[in-house]
Amino acid sequence: MMTQAQIQTDTTPVLEISGLTQRFGGLTAVNDFNVKLMPGELSGLIGPNGAGKTTVFNLVSGFYQPTEGKILIDGVPTAGLRPHKVTSLGVARTFQNIRLWNDMTVLDNIRVAQHYRLGYGFFHSVIRNRRYKQRETEIEQEANELLEVFDLQRYTEEFPKNLPYGTQRKLEIARALSSHPKLLLLDEPAAGLNSADVKELIRLVRWIHEKFDVTIWMIEHHMDVMMELCNQIKVIDFGETIAEGNPDDIRNNQAVITAYLGDDNI
Amino acid sequence: MDFIIQNILNALQWGSFYALIALGYTLVYGVLRLINFAHGDIFMVGAYISFFVAGFLLKPALGLSPAMTFVITVPLTMALTSIVGVTLERIAYRPLRHKGAHRLYVVITALMCGLILEYSNLAVLGASRLKFPELLEKQIWNLGGITLTNLKVLVIVTAIVVFLFLQWVVTKTRIGMAMRGISYDKFAIPLMGIPIDTIIVFTFILGSAFAGLAGLLFAMSYPVLEPFMGMLIGWKAFIAAVVGGIGDIKGAFVGGFLLGFIEVGVVTVFPSTYRDLFAFTILLLILWMKPTGLFGMPQSTKI
Amino acid sequence: MKKYSLNLLLVVFAVLLLVSAHFRWIDNYIQIVVMTIGINIIMSTSLNLVNGNMGEFTCGHAAFMCVGAYISSILSVFCFGSKFGAPLFPAGSVLIVFPIILLIGGIMAALSSLLVSIPSFKTRDDYLAIISIAVNYMIISALENMDFIGGSRGFQGMKDTVWAMIDIFDGPWMLFWVILFTTFTVWVIRRFITSTYGKGVNAICQDEVAAEIMSVNTNKIKIVNFMVAAGLAGCAGGLYAHIIGYVNPQSFNILKSTEAMVMVYLGGMGSLSGAIISAILFTGLLEVLRSQAIIDGLVSPLTFMFPDWEPSAGVIKWVLIPLLLVILMQFRPEGIMGNRELSDVFPRLKKFYRFK
Repeated sequence: MMTQAQIQTDTTPVLEISGLTQRFGGLTAVNDFNVKLMPGELSGLIGPNGAGKTTVFNLVSGFYQPTEGKILIDGVPTAGLRPHKVTSLGVARTFQNIRLWNDMTVLDNIRVAQHYRLGYGFFHSVIRNRRYKQRETEIEQEANELLEVFDLQRYTEEFPKNLPYGTQRKLEIARALSSHPKLLLLDEPAAGLNSADVKELIRLVRWIHEKFDVTIWMIEHHMDVMMELCNQIKVIDFGETIAEGNPDDIRNNQAVITAYLGDDNI
Repeated sequence: MDFIIQNILNALQWGSFYALIALGYTLVYGVLRLINFAHGDIFMVGAYISFFVAGFLLKPALGLSPAMTFVITVPLTMALTSIVGVTLERIAYRPLRHKGAHRLYVVITALMCGLILEYSNLAVLGASRLKFPELLEKQIWNLGGITLTNLKVLVIVTAIVVFLFLQWVVTKTRIGMAMRGISYDKFAIPLMGIPIDTIIVFTFILGSAFAGLAGLLFAMSYPVLEPFMGMLIGWKAFIAAVVGGIGDIKGAFVGGFLLGFIEVGVVTVFPSTYRDLFAFTILLLILWMKPTGLFGMPQSTKI
Repeated sequence: MKKYSLNLLLVVFAVLLLVSAHFRWIDNYIQIVVMTIGINIIMSTSLNLVNGNMGEFTCGHAAFMCVGAYISSILSVFCFGSKFGAPLFPAGSVLIVFPIILLIGGIMAALSSLLVSIPSFKTRDDYLAIISIAVNYMIISALENMDFIGGSRGFQGMKDTVWAMIDIFDGPWMLFWVILFTTFTVWVIRRFITSTYGKGVNAICQDEVAAEIMSVNTNKIKIVNFMVAAGLAGCAGGLYAHIIGYVNPQSFNILKSTEAMVMVYLGGMGSLSGAIISAILFTGLLEVLRSQAIIDGLVSPLTFMFPDWEPSAGVIKWVLIPLLLVILMQFRPEGIMGNRELSDVFPRLKKFYRFK
């Protein structure tokens, strides 16, 4: 993990969100949301159900266009960019409900996620010239290496739908990493995992954070995961930021306790 | 001015046919998410059924007056046509649905059923066109240069009544609520103790009965029957239903009349061969701008 | 050797076919059937790219065939016919110009596919189905209103081009072109969908949202995929026009589109070998049932009961084929091959040929 000093020396934040607001008709899902993530941070976003966490992720990954506010990825504004463009700026994500391509092999899942830097187009794929062959070999090699470090190589030709749930989660993270992100968004990676898997996941996220030199921002309901992994946590409720700070601050914050448990003291 | 009103009336009449058929598409789609491509041919079958029913009732031995014949033909045609519709659902669609086949395979089956209806009709009755007997004595009213026939009025009024009836069924009755429920979540509905297959059969009865009614009225207005008469009008009605927003009763009704107005409008300005070209182009433009139709709900993707 | 075994086999088969056609060992009728099979293979494999691999539901594939047929017919008459004035090219250049004409027809068809692919950015499934049906009707009805190319009476004069070829060498030229373009189609499609680039198409089919967020430019892939499919269908149209020597807008109506759809779903969505097999079976079935004798035999119990009923083969065929398909769907709803390829069903084939 990076020290505080290292974070300060690199001045461009990986992600900078200012005044982000998203309205769906009359409903304000996210209101005046601000965040700054420095390279190497491992940060968390929590909040009760329906607080607007996934909406923030959808906005960052370009799936929604914000009603107001600015999102900068590594200093580049993402306004008006379609999601695949945002991904090519260095944002990758996983989904709350696993969204793997179930009828494609595990290897193909990893390969297709490198689509934006294929470096060849339709005609190359038909005539199969040198450039095509070179790129395909590189992509396949890279995909195989990635599967190997994730210890998934024995599933290479398997279909994701036949894998155990925990492995599917792992594969989804591997797929996200294959697009070489600077910022990795994890949307409830521990959802549906048993306690052994959760421990494994904590180890995995920490390991990814060090090995791939990537900034991680995650949504999670398992508090122990968050408390153990994140050095910075933001809490939102009804689209508003209600608290932020390190895990200990959050644990003792009155507003957070109220948001989760209600304010009706018995 | 007279000219315009006259054309508006024509448009309303054509729109009524489209609306009546489109309602059938939309009912089935609303419940099953299935494009029942055979529906246009059920309309054709309805026209033929009404022809044979009317022909039988007009036999001198029965001694019925044409008007009386009409009154009996309407419910008989509707009942017999809905039997055809329900038969299709029972023998072709339901087994596939229960097997959990891909949705598109059901659609292909529907297309094939349409072809079977068309060509078996051609095989059995031959290519000769049938002339429909005149049931209602034609009355022509002249209102300041505008000619109005009783048949035209009947067609338009029928379409409106059917629309109001279906709107009432779908929004106010228990079975209508079940229909809407299935379209939202067909897994939860059986858990609530609602017999899903009964509701689906009911939907097919409604849709096919009104296609049969449309067939009867069409045969009375344009008294020539041929096996492929349901093809183009069926496709067009379907497009009308989609433009209105398929799955929505109001959408089918509005889409049907919109198509009627576009077609009559084009024919008054351009040669009639341009009718289809303009009609389809306009519908395409509407779908480009509003991909889910005029009254359709935009489907939101959740991640 | 393993790499080329299948190609070699196909070349030998093609040469055998051409030689036997040239020396009249197989008659004209068989040749026409073989050419129809070729065209249907192009139609079903190209539609499979959209309806199978990408999981869209378009029902107007004949529209693109129609555009290709008309464009290449008109060009062909301009270049080698005498209908629009003196031929632009000397008859000797026909062997070079003809494939170019077909390709131009294909390119125009590909461009016309934008009518369907641009709406597909925002919508899919049934709404796209309706858009494609509307495009099919629109193109047919536009052509019916163009009197300078015959309108609804149809257009002819392409046989001049074929005769120009026969003047150079008296052989089964159209059969040659059909074989060439069918091979070309399968070659293009297979290379496209097995590349990482083309697998983006599969990703769109299975989860469009995930594809877009995982860096696949879905809009571009959709356009490319539609264009490839429509372009190949356009080439098929050009070939069809030159085989028959006459085109009519109504030969590309919704019934033709339905045929292409049936072949795709019969073969199994997304299976290239399935699309080829079903095209062969379907065309074969259509031809077999054209024979009045066979039809009479099949309906003999009925004609025995109703002696004055005289069904014609052309009509009964279209009752039997849909009926057969409906029954087939009940027993094997996923089509002949499902989404698998021949090499998945018979892994032994991999010994003889490298499929990827």
